[in-house]
Formats: sequence, structure tokens, C-alpha cells
Amino acid sequence: MSERFVEQVGQLARRSVVRTARQPANIVFPLVFPLLLLAVNSSGLQSATHLPGFPTDSYLAFALAVPFMQGALFATMNAGTDLARDIQTGFLNRLALTPMRGVALLAGQLGGVMAMTAVQAAVWIIAGLILGVHFAAGAGGIAVIFVFSLLIGLGFGALGAFLALRTGSGEAVQGMFPVFFVFLFISSMAMPRNLIEIKWFQTAATLNPVSYLIEGIRSLIVIGWDAEALALGFGTALLIAAIAVSLATFSLRTRLTRS
Amino acid sequence: MRTLSVAEGVAWRVLHNVFTNPSLLIPSLIFPLFFFTAFAGGLSRIDQVPGFDYPPGYTAFQFVFVLLQSAAFGGVFTGFGIARDFESGFGRRLLLSAPHRTGIVLGYVAAALVRWLLTAAVVTAVALLVGMQVGGGAVDLVGLYTLAVCLNLAATLWAAGIALRLRTMQAGPVMQMPVFLLLFFAPVYVPLALLKGWIHNVATYNPITRVLEAGRGFLAGSPTEVGLAFAVTAALVVGFSMWALRGLRSAERAG
Repeated sequence: MSERFVEQVGQLARRSVVRTARQPANIVFPLVFPLLLLAVNSSGLQSATHLPGFPTDSYLAFALAVPFMQGALFATMNAGTDLARDIQTGFLNRLALTPMRGVALLAGQLGGVMAMTAVQAAVWIIAGLILGVHFAAGAGGIAVIFVFSLLIGLGFGALGAFLALRTGSGEAVQGMFPVFFVFLFISSMAMPRNLIEIKWFQTAATLNPVSYLIEGIRSLIVIGWDAEALALGFGTALLIAAIAVSLATFSLRTRLTRS
Repeated sequence: MRTLSVAEGVAWRVLHNVFTNPSLLIPSLIFPLFFFTAFAGGLSRIDQVPGFDYPPGYTAFQFVFVLLQSAAFGGVFTGFGIARDFESGFGRRLLLSAPHRTGIVLGYVAAALVRWLLTAAVVTAVALLVGMQVGGGAVDLVGLYTLAVCLNLAATLWAAGIALRLRTMQAGPVMQMPVFLLLFFAPVYVPLALLKGWIHNVATYNPITRVLEAGRGFLAGSPTEVGLAFAVTAALVVGFSMWALRGLRSAERAG
């Protein structure tokens, strides 16, 4: 990897972070909204821990994995919308006239998303610790959660970039929000899969990759070191990242027409 | 009479825009269904929690929340439209052309109500299709839907007041967040008696709790806190009517 390439990626990642930082709504909302939902849901559903077979006596600990996914969802939307704006305003075309390598654009954009994801992950972890959540896997588990959330951020950020490059429209990217929302809702977000009573919902949650991402993080908070949950979680996150980055790279190649 | 003709014109335009534009219509139909599916489907085992006592079952328990939520958010979505109208300059032209400007607010309110009635019909149909049990009779159901209509009116007037004062789409979170908080700080997932800690205290004093409990009572056929619930929604409608009309004056002053 040449020094020049690294510099290009660094510049574009910096631009991505600065652009996000200049829009307080893009920082505050993805941080505040998941925390608010966490507070409401963990208090409202605490009595669910009395169900036989519920894995913990703290719904807060159970639900703490969810903000990581909600944060990834917002990261997808923000990354996609920003990139779509670059396309709509002609920034991408002007960039194509420079010696910049196409892949640096994508890497820079994703670097910015991952920086935002890192901030979010730190906030969720600190919030959990302040609220008294005991991380069953200890300090090592917290480190793994951090790395895991970066991987999720990479995959979802690339998905947002793919949508932006494919459609070239911020509205189209925003229009995908309900679709991602469905994936989040029809998952083991609120209840362990084995305790979901409605059969079709349980099947949908089992087929839904988001369930495995949530369960991967949740296992480190609630259970400890669960090899199966971690393998499924990391495997799913790696697969999503690999597919999304490949799709985004391919779409970038067709979008970035050089003169 | 002139006020009504202005209201009719504004309402027709809003409804025409909404019903011919899928990006405006679909979210207001889909989001309540998401919530209903996720809550009633994913959390159905909650009705086995010790102390949970709601005879029609968890689907009906969640249906009332989703119905009231859709009513409130139907009003907020209309508020977004008002903000968009003023941001694009259409609202200003509306102020210039309307002989009785109160009709503008009335028109938006009427449009929000018609728009929500469609959402309510879809949510109700889906709930019945998935086997929701209804314990209440016709009078109870009229009570439930009247409460929801009042909440829709109150939310629309609240959002209209914000939109008319700020006149920008960026006011969206200001319209949405308080409504969201009021709704979710009520007993959403379990009855009030099963809530513990700070959320129990907040829910006890949250006026929406009375509306939610009364709505659930109507659906179960055992009305409870009816007078209080209607008093709360009536107060919200009256209060936010003044709020919206003063917002209209603010928009007029801004020119």
C-alpha cells in the first residue's frame, strides 16, 4: 500500500468525519435515540426476565446489544446520504479528474463511518457500565465488542455506500430505512429466539442475519465467552462486510467515469 | 362559511398529495404495522409474565398502543407537510390567498384525520386477520376510536403549532420527539402495575397512560378511567388548538 494511497484515504476519512461533526443532528440523534429506546425498553420490559428460560435477570444487560445495531443503521443512512450528496453535487465527478484512486474514496468514506461507529460503541459501553451492567466476558469481552461493532460498522457503512453509488440519490438511500428497520425489528432484538412464541416470527428471526449480530454482542454481555454465538456473529458480520464492500467497489467502478 | 371553504381546499390538496405520492403515504401505513408485528409478534410471551392480566391477550394489548401511536404520529407526519409547505414558500402564498386563515389550520387537521382513518383501517384489519380477540361491544369500540381521533387532533395541532412557528423541515425532531417520549413513557409493554422503578413513576403521571389504559379497557370490554382519559384528550385538543392558532399568528407576522 503506497504512502500516497494512505494519504488519500486519510484525507477523505477526515473529510467524512468533519462533515459529520459539522452537522450536530448526525451525531446527537444516532447517540441519543438508541439510548432513549434502551432506557424505555429496559425499564418497560424488565418483567420479561421473570419468564422461565430468560438468560439474565437484567433486561438492561439483555437489551444493551441493540443500540450497537441501531447505531449501525444510522451509520448506513448517514454514509449513504453523504456519498449520494457527493454524487448529486458533482463532487465525485470532480474527484474523478484528480489522480485519486477510486478505491481511496470508498476506503476514506468507510474510515469516516468506522470512526463514528467507534465513538458510538464507546458511548454504549460506557453507558452500560454507568448503568451497572456487568459484562460477563470481562474487559477482554468489552474489547471484542468494540472490534465487533467496528466490523458491523464497516459492513453497514459499505451497504450505505453501495446504495448511494447504485442510485445516486440521497432520497433513495433514506427510502431504504424502513427496509433495514424491518430487519432490526424481526430479529431477536427484544426476546431470545427460543422464547419467541409466534412460530413465523421465530423462523424469520432465525433466518435474519441481524439476530446473529445482536446475539454475538449479547453473549459477551450476558453469558461470557460463548464460542458458538461469537462464531455465528463474527461469521455473519464478516460475510455482510465482504459482500457489501464487494458490491460497493463494483458500483464505484461503474459510477466513477474517468476522462 | 369562508373558513370552511379554505379548510376544504387545504385538506383536499394535502390528501391529494398524500394519496398520490407513495413516499408520503407508505411510511404512515407501514410504521404502525412494523411496531404491531414486532411488539405483538416478538413479545407475545409477555402475557405469561406473573401478574399480567389482560383477557383479550397480548395482541389486543399491543393493538391499542399501536392504534394510539399511529393516531399521534399521523398528526406529526401532517406537521412535517405543513413545515414543507412553509419552507417551499407555498404556505406564504396560502396566507396571502386565504380570506379566513383559521381555515388553513382546520384544513390540515381535517386532512390529518382522514389520512389517519386509512391507517387505522389497515392496522385494525391486520390485527383482526392475525386473530386479535375483541372483548368490547360496539359502544366500547366507539370509545376506543374516539379517544384515538382526539389524540390525532391533539398531535396534529401540536405539530402544526411547531411547523407554523419554525416553518422549516428541520423542525421535524422538535415535533416528533416529545410525542415519542410521551407515548413510550406510558405502559407500552406491560400494564402499569408491572412496571418497576423510575418508569413506573413517570408512567403514573404521564397523561397518555390514562388514555392507553382507557383504550385497553374499551377493547377488553371493561372500561376503566374513561372520564379521566377523555378529560386528558379534550384538554390536549383545546390547549394545542390555542397553540396552533398562535402559531398561525406567528406565521402571519413573519409574512
